[in-house]
Amino acid sequence: MTQAADNRTDLSPETGAGIIGVHHVTKRFPGVIAVNDVSLTIHPGEVHVLLGENGAGKSTLVGILAGLQEPDEGHLTLNGRQTRLASPADSLEAGISTVFQHSMLVPTLTVLENLTLGAPWYQRPPRARIEARMAELQREFALSLPLDAVTGELSLGQQQQIEIARALLRDSRVLILDEATSMLTPQGAQELGARMQKLVQSGLAVIFITHKLAEAYRFGHRISVLKQGALAGQMGPEQLGAMTEDQAVDEIVRLMFGRESGAGTAEQRQSSARDETLLRVEGLSTQGDADVLGLADVSLSLRAGEILGVAGIDGNGQKQLAEALAGQRPLTAGRVELEGADITGASVAQRRRRGLRYLTDDRLEEGSIAAFPISENTVLKDIGQPPFWVNGVERPSRIAQHARDLIAKFNVYTPGETTPIGRLSGGNIQKVLLGRELSGEARVVVFNKPTYGLDLQNIEASRRRIAEIAGRGMGVILISTDLDELMALSDRIAVMEGGRIRGVVKNDGSGEALRLRIGRMMAGEEEREEQPAPDERKETTA
Amino acid sequence: MSGLLTEAFLSSLLTGAIVAAIPMLLAGLGEQMSEKAGVLNIGIEGMMLMGAYLGFFVAYETSSLWMGFLGGMLGGALVAVVMAVLCVWLGLNQIVIGIGLTLGAEGLTALLHHFQFSRTYPRLPAPERLDIPGLTDLPVIGPSLFGRHLIVYLAVLAVIVLAALYRRTNLGMTLRAAGERPAALDVAGGNVLGIRVVAVLFTGAMAGLGGAYLANIGAGLFIPFMTGGAGFIGIVLAMLARGRPLWVLIGALIFGAALSLTTALQVAGSNIPTDVIQMLPFAAVMLVLVLFGRRAKLPSALAASYERGAR
Ligand SMILES: Nc1ncnc2c1ncn2[C@@H]1O[C@H](COP(=O)(O)OP(=O)(O)OP(=O)(O)O)[C@@H](O)[C@H]1O
Ligand SMILES: [Mg+2]
Repeated sequence: MTQAADNRTDLSPETGAGIIGVHHVTKRFPGVIAVNDVSLTIHPGEVHVLLGENGAGKSTLVGILAGLQEPDEGHLTLNGRQTRLASPADSLEAGISTVFQHSMLVPTLTVLENLTLGAPWYQRPPRARIEARMAELQREFALSLPLDAVTGELSLGQQQQIEIARALLRDSRVLILDEATSMLTPQGAQELGARMQKLVQSGLAVIFITHKLAEAYRFGHRISVLKQGALAGQMGPEQLGAMTEDQAVDEIVRLMFGRESGAGTAEQRQSSARDETLLRVEGLSTQGDADVLGLADVSLSLRAGEILGVAGIDGNGQKQLAEALAGQRPLTAGRVELEGADITGASVAQRRRRGLRYLTDDRLEEGSIAAFPISENTVLKDIGQPPFWVNGVERPSRIAQHARDLIAKFNVYTPGETTPIGRLSGGNIQKVLLGRELSGEARVVVFNKPTYGLDLQNIEASRRRIAEIAGRGMGVILISTDLDELMALSDRIAVMEGGRIRGVVKNDGSGEALRLRIGRMMAGEEEREEQPAPDERKETTA
Repeated sequence: MSGLLTEAFLSSLLTGAIVAAIPMLLAGLGEQMSEKAGVLNIGIEGMMLMGAYLGFFVAYETSSLWMGFLGGMLGGALVAVVMAVLCVWLGLNQIVIGIGLTLGAEGLTALLHHFQFSRTYPRLPAPERLDIPGLTDLPVIGPSLFGRHLIVYLAVLAVIVLAALYRRTNLGMTLRAAGERPAALDVAGGNVLGIRVVAVLFTGAMAGLGGAYLANIGAGLFIPFMTGGAGFIGIVLAMLARGRPLWVLIGALIFGAALSLTTALQVAGSNIPTDVIQMLPFAAVMLVLVLFGRRAKLPSALAASYERGAR
């Protein structure tokens, strides 16, 4: 390998000794330039935040550093020496650990096995060593994991913890976190921020990708903004240090979107709730096991035009609730009524036809078929139904037209409707699924973390759409770990903890006081308000 | 019916079951590893046949059964090399290539046999047996269970060794990762193509050994197309066994018993029509599939080739 003699001139404006240098790197995919002549220096002892809209090229850059992809042009340096990272093994060897945006765990393996993945096949799993190291991680970073649980049965938030733990176990010099906080609660994100500070203090470099600008300011020492593949700007430690959070956010928004901050904290929306009850859920319970919580006696009601927020720390039964409502999870007790009709025993398809829609948070596994074109994915839940199928015959032109409308309406960034959905960036996949769920005669829409992984503009747009849906008289159940989102949109907020509803509060606009009340319930404190009468039939233990 | 339950009948039933089960067991164990790693090896029938041919040829030329077994493993592995190059490295369709390899091996072995032996079917001398004093003298089960060639015990030992490897080393986890989510193994620094190649070659060698057993011990001679679907039954066994080698053994014994019942009933001269009797093994396959087909849980990335960084 040749020593790059000219690497000094190659480095980005504020140079110094970097662990990793990215030099004029360009990466193209058919139809897009994902990364366009980007140069960056990653310094030890710094959290380097990468920001950018959906599709800006952040994950592609991560892929290049992780050895998944090689640049078409430009090169990388490690400690000043030109290097090729031709495979993930090379990247790990170079001391770079990556937590990818999309889960890189094997769902059928146990947590322990996922932690040891990649070890030589003839060795025995180093259980004792891992246990000892996990104990350390628990002390230092408050990370604890059920080592023998099957990974696929854990919540996405817990799965992300496994990936973070795996990266930490590797003793690397550079840690890359691609949207690692998207699955975490505000408190979880705060903890991760503290972990990152500890890591950089010990001399590591962290590359941190997020869509949350406040996180970028609070956790980051240096911020780089990507726009359509190119580096749109960078703020170094001195510059950031001289700014207040508001100033920094304004500057970032200007770099990202080329306009002044209009995002800010959203105003609370005007309620559009009417008296008519759309959905009534009584005493819903599901089977739980050691790793997946069951629902216990969940009762809710939802009126037309109302948005019912569901708050809670990730993994407290929100996903199970959404799946039970969508008909994807068997019930052990309870009753679900949609517009007065009992749909407790109705199948997924029947519920959908009656107007109950569910937008999953698991976009790639459950929500879409990655290899299918966008067009097919937009009608995935209407297979065999008119107008896309007539007498059992598919009408490709209608499907294509429908998909093109959806792409235009929801602002999906893609070369065309024939592109396989798996090629889109995370946020753009979400937009397609959102469009799919809102088509046709929807009555009640269940959203599970609808804005997770979206950039600011798309978050705003999605929230506007959710408000519109309610405005048109549909009922919305909005599951989110983002309290600001819930407080901006919901009429009432139900708080889930340990598989049960701890309480339902009216979103009365009391701001900080309400936040504290909700926070208390999220931590398991009881609070009851305008709950349906407690159900006497059940003898669940409190 | 009491006439059927003679010592001779039961003894030949048990003997036949084991002779028929061993090739399916070996093929099933091989296929199991390959499926775990995400490669659906439909070429296994061809690998078995190549193993039978080469195994017989080597044993015939060297007058050594052990050299014959080695030759059989080599023959199966040779076909597997083609599969590894085309399907694992180049990512071609595993089903198309698998069918092609089976058809190709059928033709090739028939042709080679014809060149060498023309229309004659020379026999190998009867294999030496491993007599275990005391045990072999037991009635009924003695000669059928304990008077067998050493390779039979090695095959059963392979079940135990594989089960231990899957459970106690990282092998099982690495294979499953390659078959379930190869990208996850790749980014963890594992070698997806490497482990898949190893699994395919192992399958070839095991299937080849099974073929050699079929020719050298089971029949004592080579006949074109002699595997008669034993490799395909190996695929069924692997799919039903859910990754557990012991279940492959149990399945192989059930199918082996069904096959041997056919001959045993004919030997016993029962008055059931032969057509019905000869249907038995196939009925057994269907029955087992109906009863246990739902057990089959296949890896998510089975039969899908892996390309790094593709979305
Ligand atoms: N393997 C691939 N094949 C084809 N196109 C790709 C591939 N990987 C990325 N792209 C395209 O490159 C562009 C950048 O994608 P990337 O995933 O890097 O965006 P991102 O900044 O991470 O966005 P998000 O915030 O939505 O995750 C997108 O237009 C995407 O569709
Ligand atoms: Mg991304």
